[in-house]
Amino acid sequence: MSAREQILQRLRQRQGQPLTAPPCDFSVMEQRDWSEAEKLDRFERTLESVHGEVHRVSRGQWLDRLAEVLTTRGTRNLLAPINHWIGSALREAQRDDLPPLLAYDRPIDGWKPELFNQVDASITSTRGGIAETGSLILWPTVDEPRLMSLVPPVHVAVLEASQLYTTFLEAMRAQDWAAGMPTNALLISGPSKTADIEQTLAYGVHGPKELIVLVIEDDPV
Amino acid sequence: MSQSPHHIDVREFHHRAQAAIDSPKIRRNFRKAMDGLISKRKTAFEDWDLDTLRTLGANIRLKALAQLPDLLVQLEQQLIANGVKVHWANDSEEACHLVRDICLRRQAKRVIKGKSMVSEEMELNHYLEEHGIEALESDLGEYIVQLAEETPSHIIMPAIHKNTEEISDLMHDRTGTERSNDVEYLTASARQQLREKFMQADVGISGVNFAVAETGTLCLVENEGNGRLTTTVPSCHIAVTGIEKVVTSLEDVAPLLALLTRSATGQHITTYFNMISSPRRAEELDGPEEVHLVLVDNGRSSIYQDDELLDTLRCIRCGACMNHCPVYTRVGGHAYGTTYPGPIGKILMPHLLGLDETRHLPTASSLCGACGEVCPVRIPIPDLLVRLRQESVDGDHLHPARVRGHGSKRSAMEALAWKGWRWMHTSAGRYRFGTGIATRLRALQPQHLGAWTRYRSAPRLAPKSLHELVRERQTSRGGKSS
Amino acid sequence: MADRIKVYPPKPAKVYFFGTCLVDLLYPEAGLAGIQLLEREGIDVLFPQGQTCCGQPAYTSGYHDEARAVAAAQLDLFPGDWPIVVPSGSCGGMMRTHYPALFRDTPQQDRATEIAGRVWELTDFLLNVCHIRLQDLGEPTTVAMHTSCSARREMGVAGVGPTLLGQLSNVTLKEQVRAEECCGFGGTFAVRHPEISGAMVSEKVDALVDTGAHHFVTTDCGCLMNIAGHAEKSARPLSGQHILSFLWERTSSGKGGNVK
Repeated sequence: MSAREQILQRLRQRQGQPLTAPPCDFSVMEQRDWSEAEKLDRFERTLESVHGEVHRVSRGQWLDRLAEVLTTRGTRNLLAPINHWIGSALREAQRDDLPPLLAYDRPIDGWKPELFNQVDASITSTRGGIAETGSLILWPTVDEPRLMSLVPPVHVAVLEASQLYTTFLEAMRAQDWAAGMPTNALLISGPSKTADIEQTLAYGVHGPKELIVLVIEDDPV
Repeated sequence: MSQSPHHIDVREFHHRAQAAIDSPKIRRNFRKAMDGLISKRKTAFEDWDLDTLRTLGANIRLKALAQLPDLLVQLEQQLIANGVKVHWANDSEEACHLVRDICLRRQAKRVIKGKSMVSEEMELNHYLEEHGIEALESDLGEYIVQLAEETPSHIIMPAIHKNTEEISDLMHDRTGTERSNDVEYLTASARQQLREKFMQADVGISGVNFAVAETGTLCLVENEGNGRLTTTVPSCHIAVTGIEKVVTSLEDVAPLLALLTRSATGQHITTYFNMISSPRRAEELDGPEEVHLVLVDNGRSSIYQDDELLDTLRCIRCGACMNHCPVYTRVGGHAYGTTYPGPIGKILMPHLLGLDETRHLPTASSLCGACGEVCPVRIPIPDLLVRLRQESVDGDHLHPARVRGHGSKRSAMEALAWKGWRWMHTSAGRYRFGTGIATRLRALQPQHLGAWTRYRSAPRLAPKSLHELVRERQTSRGGKSS
Repeated sequence: MADRIKVYPPKPAKVYFFGTCLVDLLYPEAGLAGIQLLEREGIDVLFPQGQTCCGQPAYTSGYHDEARAVAAAQLDLFPGDWPIVVPSGSCGGMMRTHYPALFRDTPQQDRATEIAGRVWELTDFLLNVCHIRLQDLGEPTTVAMHTSCSARREMGVAGVGPTLLGQLSNVTLKEQVRAEECCGFGGTFAVRHPEISGAMVSEKVDALVDTGAHHFVTTDCGCLMNIAGHAEKSARPLSGQHILSFLWERTSSGKGGNVK
């Protein structure tokens, strides 16, 4: 008999009383009732409390702010998506105050050292944000692969204010995650950090040292 | 590189505990860390109805356990449909073999690891290195512990027993890093060294925090990003997990995650919550080509047989029980000599190693209840400790013992003493006679009462018992007796 | 569990008093103080002379057959339906929360469960059932308090002692650091693991001494003999008392003189 069959048999032929699944009341998770403004405030406050940087920008301003943010840091290059509007907008902008753009256009196996050692910053889109925990939702794609938000020391993420959810539970329900999960789904809540040396926080231990979120707010009509 | 915990005799608990208590450094390191964690947890739950949330957490885990075999099969089916390979292991040895076989097939020589307590339980690093495969820990705490050739002293913060100076010395001696008290510098140096290793690694091994049966998704909770690198950069990812980690649906993950990170480190959420459902798909540009899940039983199915002990399997490995444990705070994680220290270790390890080897663990508790009070899934840890004490002396003929090694702590002397105690306290007459003698002969009471008076003066018997005082009052009042 | 919902009964005419073996032999004045406080509230106190021990020492040591036999000997002592009050969170916790499990699958199961439902920790009973109002007759003084873990977590009465002390106009209560941390008693734990228990009680004494108070009160005699015993042995400036003795002394004109 295989280990699988042995384990399942032990579990199925359990001694003791029959087990019944208790009802699970999720209402404790559904009590927050924040307005759009409160959600954004909360998101900003929470993410900043864990060393994230949040910039509220209008749709017309985001490139200016990005340029400013990168210039301040002396960023030498920026890894950006190819097909996503963020990438096309960057490429079409042809601005002098933006660093040269790089593209994640081949399998990682071919350019690991380059990605690990030579890319200063990356910019990705998000599938939304979570106000309660100050989190970004990312579903990496062919256009924005998994390591894009992880390996460069600076990660800039673009979040639409209209896609802020109150909680993780609300987000996964609204986006119907149970219907089909991607290869990899991520919540990112701040830059990479550790407190493994005497409880002292240090950033950028393996992933980005900085997480910068550009929240695009549409101007009120 | 790593040392097998098998060198440690769990029964030598007293000696290790004494040594830890006598070490001001260990006392200070743990006290400082635990105080911080306790206060952070408290703050993190401030705007939550915590009791209700804990009930939900407990029910979600109970629900999963109630359907455990079916959920495991569903998880397997979903994962296979997603392209993940699923393996089953009865025990650590089988699990180690499975991992080695995958490595051999892929001609892997270098393994990079994310934090996984199940792999500690399996002593996987040790095993792989014996078979010529380098296994390097990448979580900073685990990396430090591995450099020191030690085992983790805490399930969430493996190097919590060390201070900055010790870590600086260690990194200097083992990796040539310059000595420094600057934590940022030490961290950056580790980043540098480990980045190389990530690029070279053939296989990445991780644990799993929750395995979702509904979608076939493996969830990992972490702050550093090493878990994401481990599961993304090497061309093969092997996840190892205990069979109890499965949950029914994706929605069940949300409350458990909210409980886990706040209970563990007082964080609203960790930096990364990484959900993996498949290997790299055809057109994708990164991620492993192969993903494997090794489901490890290692004693869990035997815990599953008992209606009471079953609660042990609800655990989501947050470590809050040890953070709040006054015993753990005094003796630190290594004194236990087991993979899982602290209260959860005391109720889990007897099943993995047998009660004979672990017989001193269930008694090493004042039953203060702090662990049960903070447990996010309401495991009644103190009750389970009492149950294991009963098992270790075969103390209840109505509820026969079932844990391996039960009865190993029973001594004829002690059993006789309790029989005498019972004889004395089951008869009002005998009790009255006995206490009457004791109070009248109180002048002869010994001043040295073994272990008690090592740290305290002896309690003094009263001249008259409460029974006697009440009788006297009633007589003097001419009152009724009851 | 401390978050269990408690439904307090209306104030009864009578109560049963379960004194506990530690109070009986070591601190009878605390028991008597409890009886007197109840009587002053107009309650008739029934003290069954057949009582011995709740069975907890054997229970927590794993000797459940012995614990059950001793506990069974207590079950017949409370035939009326009056509340059972206990001057200890620990013994109260044993009876209230562990009797039902201890007698599971035995003929006494129903009776043990019924009795468990009537058990109250005495200070909780005074405050929340008798709605006691204390009038302080003593000189100004400062005390610290240690609530036992079982009183805090099994009986859910952590707030009761401080509230009662707060009623005493001349008493200043100083809060110790890490108030919720165990003193290290734990019954047989103190002798099975003396090194750990010793480290715990030594830090507890530090915490209490650091409040600046030279006197502490507690809900349980186990903590009392542990903490006061360590303070005495190590010559620290700290004495201790059961909270009931303290409350009675402060509020009775005889200053407790009628105890002995």
